[in-house]
Amino acid sequence: MPHTDGDVAAMLETIGAKHLDDLIAHVPANLRASAAIDLERGCSEADVVREISALADRNTGASGFVSFLGGGYYRHYVPAAVRAVIARAEFATSYTPYQAEASQGTTQAIFEFQTLITQLSAMEVANASMYDGASAAAEAVLMARRLMPKRHVVALSRALWPDYRATIRTYLSAQHGIEIVEVPFDDVTGATDIAALDRIANERLLCTVTGYPNALGIIEPLGSIAETAHRAGALAISATAEGIALGLIRAPGELGVDIAVGEGQSFGLPLQFGGPGVGFMASRTTHLRQMPGRLVGQTRDRDGRRAFCLTLNTREQHIRRERATSNICTNHSLCALAATVYLSLMGRSGLRELAERNVELAHRAADVLEASGIKRRFSGPFFNEFTLKLANPMAALEAAERRQILAGIALAPDYPELSDALLVSVTEMNRGDEFGPLAAAIAEVR
Amino acid sequence: MASAGRIRTIASDETPSAQERNEPVSGVPLIFELSSEGRRGTDQSPRAAGDRSGAELLGAELCREDLPGFPELSEPQVLRHFLRLSQLNFAQALQFYPLGSCTMKYNPVVNDELASLAGLAGLHPAMPAHLAQGALELIARMEAALAEITGMDAVSLHPAAGAQGELTGLLMVRAYHRKRGEVRHKVIIPDTAHGTNPASCTLAGFEVIVAKSNRRGYLEAAEVRRLVSDDVAAMMVTNPNTLGIFEQEIQEIAAALHERGAMLYLDGANMNALLGVAKPGHMGADIVQLNLHKSFSTPHGGGGPGAGPVAVRKHLEPYLPLPRLTHSSAGYEFDSERPDSIGRMRAYHNNFGMIVRAYAYILALGGDGLGMASRLAILGANYVRTRLQPHFPSATGEPSMHECVLSHDLEKRAGVSTLEIAKRLLDFGIHPPTIYFPLVVPGALMIEPTETESKEILDSFVEAMERIYDEALNDPERVKNAPQTLPVSRVDEALAARRPILRWEKPPLP
Repeated sequence: MPHTDGDVAAMLETIGAKHLDDLIAHVPANLRASAAIDLERGCSEADVVREISALADRNTGASGFVSFLGGGYYRHYVPAAVRAVIARAEFATSYTPYQAEASQGTTQAIFEFQTLITQLSAMEVANASMYDGASAAAEAVLMARRLMPKRHVVALSRALWPDYRATIRTYLSAQHGIEIVEVPFDDVTGATDIAALDRIANERLLCTVTGYPNALGIIEPLGSIAETAHRAGALAISATAEGIALGLIRAPGELGVDIAVGEGQSFGLPLQFGGPGVGFMASRTTHLRQMPGRLVGQTRDRDGRRAFCLTLNTREQHIRRERATSNICTNHSLCALAATVYLSLMGRSGLRELAERNVELAHRAADVLEASGIKRRFSGPFFNEFTLKLANPMAALEAAERRQILAGIALAPDYPELSDALLVSVTEMNRGDEFGPLAAAIAEVR
Repeated sequence: MASAGRIRTIASDETPSAQERNEPVSGVPLIFELSSEGRRGTDQSPRAAGDRSGAELLGAELCREDLPGFPELSEPQVLRHFLRLSQLNFAQALQFYPLGSCTMKYNPVVNDELASLAGLAGLHPAMPAHLAQGALELIARMEAALAEITGMDAVSLHPAAGAQGELTGLLMVRAYHRKRGEVRHKVIIPDTAHGTNPASCTLAGFEVIVAKSNRRGYLEAAEVRRLVSDDVAAMMVTNPNTLGIFEQEIQEIAAALHERGAMLYLDGANMNALLGVAKPGHMGADIVQLNLHKSFSTPHGGGGPGAGPVAVRKHLEPYLPLPRLTHSSAGYEFDSERPDSIGRMRAYHNNFGMIVRAYAYILALGGDGLGMASRLAILGANYVRTRLQPHFPSATGEPSMHECVLSHDLEKRAGVSTLEIAKRLLDFGIHPPTIYFPLVVPGALMIEPTETESKEILDSFVEAMERIYDEALNDPERVKNAPQTLPVSRVDEALAARRPILRWEKPPLP
């Protein structure tokens, strides 16, 4: 705080007060009397660094382990240039770009983000970002509800991440008359059971929500799922947690999806213990008016030059108040910027090659495990994550941890029916020579 | 003609491309316009012999053909592009940013460094608890610190933003009443409320009743008593309210609500006035949400990410969102077995990166420093208000807290609007205040200087405002044509809405 004693005195004199506390004398006395904050006294920057670094050092899992953790957040290399851009105070310490003339940097970057997301998803419009993939999925269901208010049944694939399903349930808990149905996955392939979906595909069905790839690592037959939904007049929503996959697998828009959402953490954001990430949402132009969140549009300034600004904000809370499409005020703008820089750096060929490297490494890992007699639980196609069938996944995790390996995520806590399953994620951060020790550790307890 | 924008001085004799037809490019071309087919920005590790392609592994029918239109640039081009964009922005680190209700205080740079420590940034959210005890303890300490600061009993750091914190709080109110076998449909909101309040109510399934503030700008307990009924679930109150004044009857309002079984939800958007001054828990609040990007100094990021923790009294603790942090002899771990919880609002635990920054801020200031921060924020607002009183009188005669709402007569005297005043401030290198808000003050200018701006800065702001006042009377065109010194002149927002262009499209081949 920059105030010298002299400044404070001069400012008080201008106001006509004697003491700082005179300025709060009107606050009820009983509140003031008990307001002191009982925390340690302030300290130096060096002390703060020491304190937080000591906490960081106690996160022993963050270094020294070979990791195969995924399940919704993925380990990818973050190019230094991404960090260099988002560290710029011009971006990091600006506000939501209400004053367009003073925010052309932020608004243009968001416009570029929107464009990149439409290209990745093969959709027509994308918003300026959401909080994360799970809340974006929940907002997508609410958007579907606004588009078709007379339909009531929301079909969630059981192979959608547990956090996503739980978030959707919370967001819908206050919506009148909504019924949530979980569509099972096929016990052999790990893909959503389309026959089961077909049985509830009628005039009451509002939408389907499908992970792509799903929580078991499987690349879902999204086209057939969308077709089934459309036959009943319902909307198809896809959710992608591993964005890198979209560099290789067919885009949701090509497969008939109506609203494509996802998590953009893979695009240049650190793991950071699960947040902040960045949600994305893309859809068709015909659904634009019911889309939640900020949008940036291209326009002109008074001199005819191209310019960008927030637009279509009559959908939003600060204008429409209780009739708004959502209560969301901000996006995760700085995270969306990181994704924009990341995708620009990767580029058309780089993103494809990275995706190819992920899929190749993951399949090589699966082959090495298979050669040691460790089988996959599901037969469906996978991108960079797959599920193993193990007699005792917890014991395997412990054995691997003793060898400084984090072998994956046991699915049993979220899927009691999968007490035999371990989810293993392989990215470009893994090396081929890590797969042998992984197989050896797991084989030890099999 | 992608080359047109690369060098700003290119003459106008070039033929514009389809994309640019009638739309001259301003300073920085779009990243897509800088692309050259075949150029690359990154190198992947070389492919090994025997590596199989995606199409071989998955089958061609699962693979897309290409990423049409995706950028193709070198790393230096990408870096230059985004650094140029950065130069088109106003930012707190560069400019005075007295945006009311947004608390644009200095964001200590060390906090960004701390969040990037490998032990924090590199931690996977599915990390077993025993390998992440430092992070879990940081979360526990932050929960305890916010409980102490707010005078509440329990805290969840789960919500991703203030607006999500609001929704979280309202869903908890709903769950609480339902558990007691009551279905209440209404929430009272004052006419001065932020727009998120009514929007959150709708999402939480409540109908909004508007409470009128009195002529002095305060809410009266009598008005609350008039509106409250057995069908009212809660009232959302921002304190200080959006006029920047402290609700004098807040304790009576809480009592009036509690008498009828309704909750007091305190919107903590203006917490920067209250640190060490008055605790929401002592006012009678049952729930308060905090915006860590405001009072607790995490960077606003051009519109997020923030974090919106909720703090509650004991009786609401069972309803807090999942997961909950617990502590036992084995250490800290997350627990999702809470049958009464409203559930999850997002994936994983919280916006941990923002929690780290805010915790570092709280450590640095300490209990005493936080109390001083609010006092100096209040000093700044009252100083600006006093100095501007002759030209821009306060919209209320009541004492201001950390922000002041001013009005003016320039619309009447010179036909100059608040928007035009705001745009003219940009030419002085000052980000304008929040304008036309609260809605109850016509042409409002809502000014929140924060405690991290010096007296000299506040003085120069006052001088700029005085000069604009004179200009409006003597040379109104100068104000109406502002800004003149920015990368673009006045942006046509109506055009953007009338004819939405929301993405770049590859221009058709000539």
